Amino acid sequence: MAAVRTSSEVALNRIAIVAVLVATLVFLAPIYWIASTAFKPKELAVSVPPTVLFEPEVTPFVRLFTKRVQMQKTVDPQVYEAAPWWEKRIYDGGERVLKVGKDVQLSQYPDRFMNSLIVAVISTVLAVGMGTFTAYGFSRFKIAGEADLLFFILSTRMLPPVVVAIPMFLMYRAVGLNDSHIGLIILYVAFNLSFSVWLMKGFMDEIPKEYEEAALVDGYTRMQAFFKIVLPEAATGIAATAVFCFITAWNEYAFALIMTNRRAQTAPPFIPSQIGSGLPDWTTIAAGTFLFLLPVAIFTFLLRNHLLRGVTFGAIRK
Amino acid sequence: MAHIELKNITKKFGSHTALTGLNLEIADGEFFVLLGETGAGKTTTLRLIAGLEKPTEGQVFIDGVDVAAWGAAERDVALVLQQYSLYPRYTVRENLEFPLKPKIRRLPDAEIKDRVARAARTLRIEHLLDRKTDRLSGGEMQRVSIGRAIVRKPRVFLMDEPLSALDAKLREALRTELKNLQMQLGATFLFVTHDQIEAMSMGDKVGVLNHGRIVQTGTPQEIYNNPRDTYVASFVGSPPMNLIDGKLVDDRAVMAPMSFELPVTGGARTGSATDGRPLVFGIRPEDVYLEGGAPVEAQVHDVENHGVEKIVTLRVGDTMLRATVPARTAVEIEQPVRFAWNPDKVVMFDKGSGVSLRHAG
Repeated sequence: MAAVRTSSEVALNRIAIVAVLVATLVFLAPIYWIASTAFKPKELAVSVPPTVLFEPEVTPFVRLFTKRVQMQKTVDPQVYEAAPWWEKRIYDGGERVLKVGKDVQLSQYPDRFMNSLIVAVISTVLAVGMGTFTAYGFSRFKIAGEADLLFFILSTRMLPPVVVAIPMFLMYRAVGLNDSHIGLIILYVAFNLSFSVWLMKGFMDEIPKEYEEAALVDGYTRMQAFFKIVLPEAATGIAATAVFCFITAWNEYAFALIMTNRRAQTAPPFIPSQIGSGLPDWTTIAAGTFLFLLPVAIFTFLLRNHLLRGVTFGAIRK
Repeated sequence: MAHIELKNITKKFGSHTALTGLNLEIADGEFFVLLGETGAGKTTTLRLIAGLEKPTEGQVFIDGVDVAAWGAAERDVALVLQQYSLYPRYTVRENLEFPLKPKIRRLPDAEIKDRVARAARTLRIEHLLDRKTDRLSGGEMQRVSIGRAIVRKPRVFLMDEPLSALDAKLREALRTELKNLQMQLGATFLFVTHDQIEAMSMGDKVGVLNHGRIVQTGTPQEIYNNPRDTYVASFVGSPPMNLIDGKLVDDRAVMAPMSFELPVTGGARTGSATDGRPLVFGIRPEDVYLEGGAPVEAQVHDVENHGVEKIVTLRVGDTMLRATVPARTAVEIEQPVRFAWNPDKVVMFDKGSGVSLRHAG
């Protein structure tokens, strides 16, 4: 294209920039809301109109991670002076941090967060791993009833999963899988596998089989050729599939709510359970939500190049 | 270096039969070209030898050993494809090293380095060694592909249309290079192509494949001068051999529709050409002459100027006939000319079966 631009092109370009800005604002507004609430003093959280400018504080995060009780009387000034900065913030709110001896008692949030991480990461690795191998098989070998099998795999997605929640719960309870990490992981792998197989099959079909055949002729086994040649070529697809599987597992609410209550409970059912009765502490909930958002954001950010290429796969490949 | 033999190979893909009763023998150190149209079964043949496909029937022998149970890795063959034979994430050097590093025949590092350097020098790609393969031109890519094959010193080189994706100039240059390389290495080559010029110019032996069957095997000269049937006659040669329906009457070819006559003598004549049987007469365009006193009159239908020569299409009644004449010959379209042919060079085919009478007899 010519370097010289006409005035109409410049105008169009400006309109496009404005449109993108507006769209960005609309999409970012809820995220900003949650993020800002997480750093707000308690009394500003529900103020009308919403406070935009305020002095940010991390007290909501301190509250998020600790067990506290309401204090009946004011704190002993000597104890207050000796307390670390974060404990002072709790005293300021008329509460005290529960302790066993000298150890601070942590809230359930870190455990629930860890549960989410464990379940989401392991189920993603399994779903993507199994999906990759399965897709390779379907892509490269003649399999009797291939179309039917692929349709069967897809059909597992056709029923809204919640429909089977009650029978699943009863079965899980019968075999002792309820409220266990492994139970949730099995469920999430089952959800994601069909998706993973179909997505990966698309990517595998795009990789010329000549690459592996060249490796086979060069003296490598099929397994070695798969790991040395196919897997690096499929990295883009694997990344895209992993992000989708991770988000699904990370966000899953219904089954987590039904299947878990304590030991293996993940963050999605836990966070709303903290709203509780009476006046909810929105800043603490916002802090929990904000932290919950981070892993997906980081994961997606790290894989952004792959994702973009993954979504446009086939279009920009020569 | 190896001797390859395919015995009675049939290969079916579902209901589609790719190869039927194929027999093929490639001598040690021979440059064998398998020539055929797209879909004739050339690539399948190559893949059977490489071990990427298993024959439905028949056997593959390498150095006299039936290799049915051997996987691709054990056969120790090298494969060069038209495209996609280089690993896109690797540099040229890594691509060249790759065939030397599998567990089953991993070479010591010094040897790998030495072999890569030697291959790079042979193919003049030393300056490209550290480049990623997606930064190479088509010709460079094919050089590297060939490099990947020669570093290994395989028992046989299998090449699947390695030059077909290149432009004409490059193809010509690499054709010569490949042939020289093969002679220098003394290696056994099986080269698959649909391009009859490649087959003619490179092959020690050529096998013509048509619909999954080997139609004819021979030196390029045998294939060219003495095609086994009308398929080979029309497939090999550019322009192809003229094929004209007619009958043999008293050592003269009598053409059916327009009844022009030309003599057939010497090597062309054969006892089994029963007088009166419908035949097809084949004559190469270079064996058709334009001469003032020649016996047959024709109209010039078309002239194609190729620089050193002209291809003149002659029309006798409804019959078209091509002649290759020196460029200086002055001919114009619709001009009446007289022509003759070299009676020794005429090949006669049975009209019904299409088979040459020399081969049938």
